Order: sequence, then structure tokens, then C-alpha cells
Amino acid sequence: MTQSPTLSRRSTQSTSPLPRKSRQQGVDARAGYTFLLPWLLGFIALTVGPMISSLYLSFTNYNLFDPPKWIGLDNYTSLFQDERFLQSVGVTVSYVVFGTPLKLAAALAVAMLLNSKRRGQGFYRSAFYAPSLIGASVSIAIVWKAMFGDSGPVDQGLSFFGINLGGWVGNPGMTMPMFILLTVWQFGAPMVIFLAGLKQIPADLYEAASMDGAGPVRKFFNITWPMLSPVIFFNLLMETIHAFQIFNSAYIISNGEGGPAGSTLFYTLYLYLRGFSDFRMGYASAMAWLLLIVVGILTLIIFRTSKSWVHYSGDAK
Amino acid sequence: MTTMATPTQSSPDAQVLNYNPKSESAGAKRAKSTIFHVVALALTAVVLYPGLWMIASAFKPNAEIGGANTSLWSNNFSFDNFVTAMEGIGGVSTLQFFTNSLVLALGAVVGTILSASVSAYAFARIKFPGRSIFFGMMIATLLLPFHVVIIPQYIVFQQLGLVDTYVPLLIGKFLAADAFFVFLMVQFMRNLPGELDEAARIDGAGHVRIFTSIMLPLMKPALISTSIFSFIWSWNDFLGPLLYLNTPEKYPLPLALRLFVDQTQSSDYGAMIAMSVLALLPVLIFFLVFQRYIVEGVSTQGLKG
Repeated sequence: MTQSPTLSRRSTQSTSPLPRKSRQQGVDARAGYTFLLPWLLGFIALTVGPMISSLYLSFTNYNLFDPPKWIGLDNYTSLFQDERFLQSVGVTVSYVVFGTPLKLAAALAVAMLLNSKRRGQGFYRSAFYAPSLIGASVSIAIVWKAMFGDSGPVDQGLSFFGINLGGWVGNPGMTMPMFILLTVWQFGAPMVIFLAGLKQIPADLYEAASMDGAGPVRKFFNITWPMLSPVIFFNLLMETIHAFQIFNSAYIISNGEGGPAGSTLFYTLYLYLRGFSDFRMGYASAMAWLLLIVVGILTLIIFRTSKSWVHYSGDAK
Repeated sequence: MTTMATPTQSSPDAQVLNYNPKSESAGAKRAKSTIFHVVALALTAVVLYPGLWMIASAFKPNAEIGGANTSLWSNNFSFDNFVTAMEGIGGVSTLQFFTNSLVLALGAVVGTILSASVSAYAFARIKFPGRSIFFGMMIATLLLPFHVVIIPQYIVFQQLGLVDTYVPLLIGKFLAADAFFVFLMVQFMRNLPGELDEAARIDGAGHVRIFTSIMLPLMKPALISTSIFSFIWSWNDFLGPLLYLNTPEKYPLPLALRLFVDQTQSSDYGAMIAMSVLALLPVLIFFLVFQRYIVEGVSTQGLKG
């Protein structure tokens, strides 16, 4: 990648004569693809290739040992007659629909609380962030299961206040709240991002609003929310996509079975069980593609609707 | 990610939300500050409780954990659970699991740093045909559910005889498959002044020289956040090892923990929790040491925890 001195002496591309420019372009093109090679290889071998072959497999019956057998749309049609599949959709959707907004609301509320020049802000920010770093680990899933076990510390703590919910881990009606608490507990990551966004809002906006006699509620809806909307949009998108893919805690807490009564049979857990316990690879591939399509549509919806509620300030690009 | 380019900062204390400096006395200010700390501390207690409960339980005798103990204190604290936990499971010592986790995590860090920085340089600093298309695709993979690719990947690795080796777990790291890190580095490099490359070019430096002697040294903060996060993600990874590893001798800690849970079936709660603590220990130490980098990395790059 050595260049002749005459070639590299040009300072601006526009004034350099054409032959040199095109030679520089050739050098850049070669260098570009050379540097990009690791990513490009990974992209083709680990993403595009597998995506195409899983799309193909989703139309087949494949058990890993016999050659795949083409069955057309059968996997897709039988998905919708599979009660366990429908249950896994229900479990996952209720997790996403309740867990994500609650988590983001907690994140935003705490970020607004912390957005001040008071002492200790750094400490609180770190303390609240910590769960996000470890929340998806097997260790925390084990701890969660122990804490929410029948007559575990959480139950005990609640019964002290006279509340008896009939257990969490073993009670099909309470497993979902337990998982939602686990995700809300990890509000720290979006909170830190909100906090960074809040610090960018010019303080004179709030001052001017105070002069005009605006209360905290008006300030929130007329200043904080619109100014923060790009950040809210980013967090909403990322958290939604992540929520669909919850696996570790579901696997550990339910011993890889999705029980009790299928109440923790999250989509990815069922996909895993279908693919790697029953070796129904075609069926699992169909599930994977359906997930991709749903997540894709959701992303599109979030992007589309964002035009009406996300405000970018005029001088931003 | 932050798109608000309006100039910030006016008077420093006007930053405080809902607070008008002219209308408040010093007493009201102090009262507000007290309320803030009371609320924030109460919240801290709630957020940290599971972690503290875990650590306390690891030192408690079994009888005091199983029997629903909300308290964080015990008169019978001991290291017994850790002794049991260190013995390991399935004839493999916990030290071996630690080593395995460490090998995988360090491999992930080395692979990610090498591949992501090189690829990011191409995206950020070289003009070549197709760049923006590939960049768009790279961003799209950020949003791609991982599950669409695991089945074919597994089939390929199985046919290559690579199941039950570390190759499937590490190869993606050396091929910049974690697009997040590529993206992070691209963003970082784009903020470095373009005159740097221009000057180096005039002095006759090619892309290799520019990359190794100008970009890499300047990218230190991005390289550090990448190292920290790729280490922690690899350390906590469960699905990858669950899919690909079969022999306990090769298990990293999360998989060993699951084996431990399966085999003891909650009979030895104390040891199980002690082992959970051991498995999290490096992450917790990392967090305490690199707190600043981690939290700053999240707030500027939008990294997931």
C-alpha cells in the first residue's frame, strides 16, 4: 500500500488531474475492501449465508441427520395450529408490551430525578446502572429464582405487609410479573442514555417557561418530551428488539422447560426446544423467520410513527 | 445518536429542573436536597438489594437461606459454601471453569479489537464504491434477531466437526460479527479530524501506516470500552456455549452453573449461590474498576448493558 510521493502530494481532490485522482480511487478501493475483509467475510459466512439457508430450511422437514425434505409452507401453517407456539407468542408479547414501557418509564423518571447538579449523582448513576450489566447472566437468574421462590424473601417481605400472592416461581399467574420485575430492575442502561439526553436540553428553555408561569407538568410535556424524543425513540427501539429475544433467564428459571403451565415459555425458548431438543430444525427456522418478520415490521412501525412524535431540532443534520 | 445540536449551557445552576433560583430561599433549597437524597437512597437500597442478598446468602448456612430469610445479616457467616462451590461439578473443578471462561473472554476481546477496528477504519476513513451500502447492512445487523442464524450456523459447524470446540464461539469475534463494536468505532473515528489523514498522506503514508500509527493510538477510549464490553458479554454468554459445548471439561462458568443447578436440584442452595457469586466476581470487579468508562460508554454510544 505504498504510494509514490507525487501521487500523495496532492492536497485537494478537486484540483488534482484526473489520472491521479482515479489512481487514488483505485488505491482506496483496494484498501477499502482489504480493511473491510474481516467484517465482509463474517457478514457473508455468518449472517447472509445462514439467513438464506434458514429461509430454505423453513420450507423443509429437517432433523439434522436425514437430508432436508421440501414441504412448502407446512411449517408455517402448522405453527398456527400449535398451541404451545401460540402460547409462546402470548407470553412474549405480554412481556414486551408490559415490560418495555414500564422499564422505560422507570428509566426516564429516575433520569429526571438525577438530572441535577446535586452531589452524589455519579454514585447513584453507577449504582442504578449495575443491574443492567449483570441482569441477563445465569447467576442473576438463579438469584431471582431463589428470591421469588415459594416462601422466599420476596414472599416473606410481602407477607410482612399482609400481602399474600401465592408464590411467584411456581404460580403460573405470577411468573410474568416476576420476569417484568427482572427487566424493570435493569432500567439503568436506558436511564444513563436518557440522562445524557436530558443534559443536552438547553436550560434557558426551562427558565423561559418558568417566567411564563409553566408548572412541572407543562414543562415536561412541552419541553422535556419533545426535546428528548430522539432519545426516547432510540431506547424504545432497542429495548423492544431486545425484549423479544429474552432467553437466559427464562431458560434458567424454568429449568429449560418454560413451566409452570407454559407460563414462561418465551418465544426463543420454544424455538430452542424445537430446534435443539426435538431436532425439528425446519420448524424452528420457520419460527426464526417469523420472529424476524415481526421484529422487522415493528421496527418499521416505530420508524414510521416516529415522524409524528420525534422532533429533531432544526439545525441538527 | 444524540441529534440535538443546539448549544447547551447557560448559567450553571439553572440546569436544575423545575428550580427557579430567584424564588427560593436557602432553607427550601436544603429541604429539596434532603428529599432528593432520601428518595435516591431508598431507590438505591431497592436496586442493590438482590445483589446484596446474593452476597449475604453465599456466606450463610443453607438452613438460613432456604427458610425465606429477608435479612442480610447472619450470626453464622462462613466460607463453607465457597469451599463446596470451588470443588466444582461433574468431576471438573471450578478453577477449570474459570480458566475456560477466561480463555473465551480474552479470545473475544482480542478478536473483536482486531477485526472491528480494521473494519471500522474502512467504513470511517476510506472512500470506496459500495461503502454506504455495506454500512447500511452493518447497521441492519444491529437490529437482526440472532436466532435467525443460529440453526444454519449450527448445522455448518456440526458438519465441519467443530461442535464441542471453541471455534464456533470465537470465530464471529474475529470476523467483526458484533456490529455494535464496529459501529462504536466508526462513530469514534468519524469524530477525529480529517486533516490527520491528509497530512499523513502528504508525507507519503499509506492506509496501513495511517491506521496503525495515527488512528489506533487516538482510538484508545473506544478500544477500552470495546474491550470491557466484549469481555463482559463473552463472560456472561450462555446460549452460545449451551448450543456448542458438550463436555463439562470445556464448560465456561454460566454453563457449569446450570449443570450445578441441575445436579444439586436446589438441595444445596448455599453452594449454588456461592458459585453464582464467583461467576459474577470478575464482572463486578471490572465494574468497580472501570465504572467511569462503562457508564460513559453507555451514555455516549448507547451501548446495551
